[in-house]
This record gives sequence, structure tokens and C-alpha cells, in this order.
Amino acid sequence: MEDAVIEVNDFRKTYGDFVAVDGISFEVQKGEIFGLLGPNGAGKTSTLESLEGLRAPNGGSVRVAGIDPTREPRKLHNVIGVQLQSSGLPESITVDEAMRFFCAYHGVEPQYDLLDRLGLAEKRKAQYHQLSTGQQRRLSLSLAIAHDPAVLFLDEPTAGLDVGTRVELHDLMRELQSAGTTIILATHDMAEAEEMAGRIAILLGGKLVTTGSPMEITATGAGLTKVSVRTQKGSLFGSGITFPAVKKQSTKDEYEIYFSTDIGPTVSAIIAQVQSNQDTLIDLRVERPSLEDRFLEITTMGGAQ
Amino acid sequence: MTAFLNHFAFEFRTGIRDKQLLLMNYLLPLGFYFMMGFVMVDINPTFLETLIPAMAVFAILSATLLGLPDPLVKAREDGIFRSYKVNGVPSGSILAIPAITTMLHLVLVAIIISASAPLLFNAPVPTNWMYYALTFVIMAFASTGISVLIGVISSSTRITILWSQLFYIPSMLLGGLMLPTSLLPEAAEKVSQILPSTHAMNAFNGLAMGGEALFDPWGSILVLFLSGVIAFGLAIFMFNWDSHNTNQRGHPILAALALLPFVVGIFIF
Repeated sequence: MEDAVIEVNDFRKTYGDFVAVDGISFEVQKGEIFGLLGPNGAGKTSTLESLEGLRAPNGGSVRVAGIDPTREPRKLHNVIGVQLQSSGLPESITVDEAMRFFCAYHGVEPQYDLLDRLGLAEKRKAQYHQLSTGQQRRLSLSLAIAHDPAVLFLDEPTAGLDVGTRVELHDLMRELQSAGTTIILATHDMAEAEEMAGRIAILLGGKLVTTGSPMEITATGAGLTKVSVRTQKGSLFGSGITFPAVKKQSTKDEYEIYFSTDIGPTVSAIIAQVQSNQDTLIDLRVERPSLEDRFLEITTMGGAQ
Repeated sequence: MTAFLNHFAFEFRTGIRDKQLLLMNYLLPLGFYFMMGFVMVDINPTFLETLIPAMAVFAILSATLLGLPDPLVKAREDGIFRSYKVNGVPSGSILAIPAITTMLHLVLVAIIISASAPLLFNAPVPTNWMYYALTFVIMAFASTGISVLIGVISSSTRITILWSQLFYIPSMLLGGLMLPTSLLPEAAEKVSQILPSTHAMNAFNGLAMGGEALFDPWGSILVLFLSGVIAFGLAIFMFNWDSHNTNQRGHPILAALALLPFVVGIFIF
């Protein structure tokens, strides 16, 4: 594609006999937030590290903004920004020093306003080990974007952050996206991926099992919608009644839970049944399958579609 | 250049800010120097003759062997080098800048020792300050190179301590710091030539302090210089950005090549 900023073609990464990534291919377009999901050991980190130039592929190819990370590492540094999951900074470096240090290596002026924006204004003289986990992650993020990279790699960016900071960070990500920055978001937080990513790739056992928008991915699953019902008299409890389109049924607390392939007939039948039982509905909830449900479905099924 | 200076300034401040480095760079060498000056000179008055060079060598050994390798291993284990790599920090700077800043701290310590020893303990000053400075710099260069190499090849901080002590303790006992190498049995005297400190003290005695060298002091300078060059070369070659899932370039045993000039020296001198 013309605007593909990241191109991964038949990428393979091995460590000795262990195959970490087994021939995956995908593309990420300019200005896209692309979620990379998968359980531990799925190959996310190896993929990210190869895109960041930290590891060389054992097969296939990866390109970032037209650059081969292995062959042109110097060009790559100024094009990408990386917020690593591990600390990545010396314990005794101060916030200001870190900003000066990394900006100097990128050949740009220190962006102190970013520190203010990310709530680190009061901590500019503090050493890295004196910062809280959330502050460390915010510093790491501000360093990753200080040189205005075209591609930003975020590895668990909101892990350990409070709600307010998380919202601020999401706003910042949207702002960067609207300015044309491509963001690769590796996360275990499905809600975050669903909210932020335009497209998602799910890796499992080194293979790419699915890719698409969160809506597309959830729609391709078993597609069971969860209908939870609670009535005043509990007349549905153990009644043995079957409702149309219901594939599975369970109970939790005082709720009768139905998993339906077609919620219209199911809900209508449930309401009719409650009325005929001369019972009263207290609560009725309909929940579409979430990305997390679909992710669990994929990972527990071992990637079978 | 701005990047290098920023990096340099940060590393230099770390040498004072970090408690462990402050201890190795300043507190241990100066504390030991004052203790030796006040106590050892009373026990062994001849020690006074070599107080300045011996304490300078002790400072070098402490700051380099005990201070340099551990932070390198820890930085690799903590993913700091990975962060440096993705931000374009060259491996050469990662190895050279801590080495240079350590040498700078050592110069400060050496100035304190050299300036205070004649006043406090009536210790004789070098007769040739230029050769004193040359020997000091060459010894610091060799010891820094070996220490950086230890940091590069060590798989963990525990291993680092083992390698460092392998040089540090024999240097203290046999390297001519506490007692002249000439007082050692002949075999031990020969074996002691595997140690940088033996060559440093030999060069200090022969070139800077107006004493007698046990063997050619310029040979010692050459041995130290070559060892430093080989050690830094090997450190750059064997440097690893990451401690996980990576293959070390060259077997760690290659590092022993840094001792080759010392081994050759045993047969020549």
C-alpha cells in the first residue's frame, strides 16, 4: 500500500531451536493506532524489538518508514520513538537530565513543556529512582515523543497509571495520531486496545491469528450475546425453559444468564415468560461480546477460527 | 558533540551522586590513604617513600575494578542499554564515557593525595612530575580497560565481583603497594608481573620517584599501554546491548588476551 509506514513480510524470529515468530505479515498505515495483542510468549515482544532495531529477523523482512531497522539503525533512531516496558533509565538520572540526554542524541532541543504536560513539572530535579511507577512511565513516554517521531512504539503504556493519567495519556495518543504519528500499541489491556486502536493484530504461538478493527474481530467470533436477567420472584431459576436462539445458559448470583445468537427473539421470549409467570423484571442486561471475550475465545481455542 | 558532552556531564555527576560510586571513587581511596598515612608509616617508615604512588595506584584499582564493571552489568540487565540503542547512543560512548569520567575522578583524588601527603605525612614528592602524570594516566587507562572488559563479559553482578577480586586482592598483596615487590620470593616476584599494579609501581619508582626500578620502567609503561588498548578493543568487540536471548560475540575466554602483554613481559623482563 502507498501509505504503509510499517511493512512486515513473512517475518520470522528464532532463538536457537525455539521459534518465537513464525512467518507473520501485516502492514500499518500512516496515522494509524495499531494494537498488537497476544498472551505472554506469543511473539509480540520479538516483533516489536525487530521493528525497533533491537533484534535482527531470522527470515522475511520488516521495514519502518521505508527503513530496514537492521541495516540502517542510524536512520531509524530519529524516525521512531520507543517507550520500553522496562525502566530503561539509570537510577540516578534526573528528569531534566534525561530530557537533555535523549534530545541531544536525537539532535533536538529539550522539550521541557512535555514534562509539564505529563505532570512532571514538580519532579524535574528528582532522580529516576525517586519517581513513582506512573511518573517513570510518563517520563519514558515524554522521552519517546520528544523528537517528534513518525512512528511511536508503546509497550504497556498505561500499566500502573491512575485513571486521570491514563485518560491524559489516551488524549495525548489521539493528539499524536491526528498529527500523523503512527502508533504501535502493545498491551494486555483489552479495553484500552478496543478504545484506542483502529486495527488490531492478535498473535498466538508466534503466528498471526487475526487482524482487523476491534469491531471486525469481535464480529468474527462465535458472536454470542450475553443476556443477564434478574426477577423479583426468581421464577426463571431452574425452570428448565428454553428460549429461542439461546446456545448456552448459566447462573451467577441472582442472575440467570443466556448466551444468544439472536437477541431479539431471546429477549422478547424472556419478557413474555416473566409476565406469564406473574413475576417482575428487576434487571435485564444485554452485553455484546467484547474484544476481551473474543481474545479469550481465540487464545483458549489455540487460534482456531 | 552536544550529545557527548551531555552524556559526559551526566556520567561525571553520577560518579559523585551514586553512593556506591562515591565510595569507590573517593571515600575508599581517600579513607585508606589517610589510614595508611597515619598508621602504616609508624609501623613501617620505609612505606613513606612510596606513599604517594602506592595510594594513587590503590585509588585507581578501587575506582576501576570495584567501581566500573558493576554499573555496566546492571545497566545491561536493567534494559538501559536497550533504551540507549533505540535512541541512538553509540556503544563506544557507553563504554568510553564512564571510563573517561572515572579517570577524571581519579585525577582529582590523585591531586588531593599528592598535595596533602607532603604536608600531612612529610611524604617525598615525585622527582619527575611529568613521568608521574604519565605513569598515572597509563595505569588508569590499563586498569579502566580491564574493568570495562570485565563489565562487558560478566553475565551477572556476582560474576563481576569474582573477576574484579581476581585482580584487586592480588594487586593489594603482591603488586608493590604495601611492600616492595623486590621483597617477594623470586617466583612470586615473577608471578606478580601479571598484575597492572606491579608495572605501575615499577614505573613510578623508576621514572617518577627517583628510586630504582626492578626492571625496565619503560617496558612497564608499554605493557600497561598495550594491555589497555587490547582490553578496550575487546570490550568494544564483545559488547552486548542486551542480556536476554543474545549471542555474545566471541567467547569470554577471549578477554584473557588483555593479559597477553603482562605474560610476555614476564619472559622479557
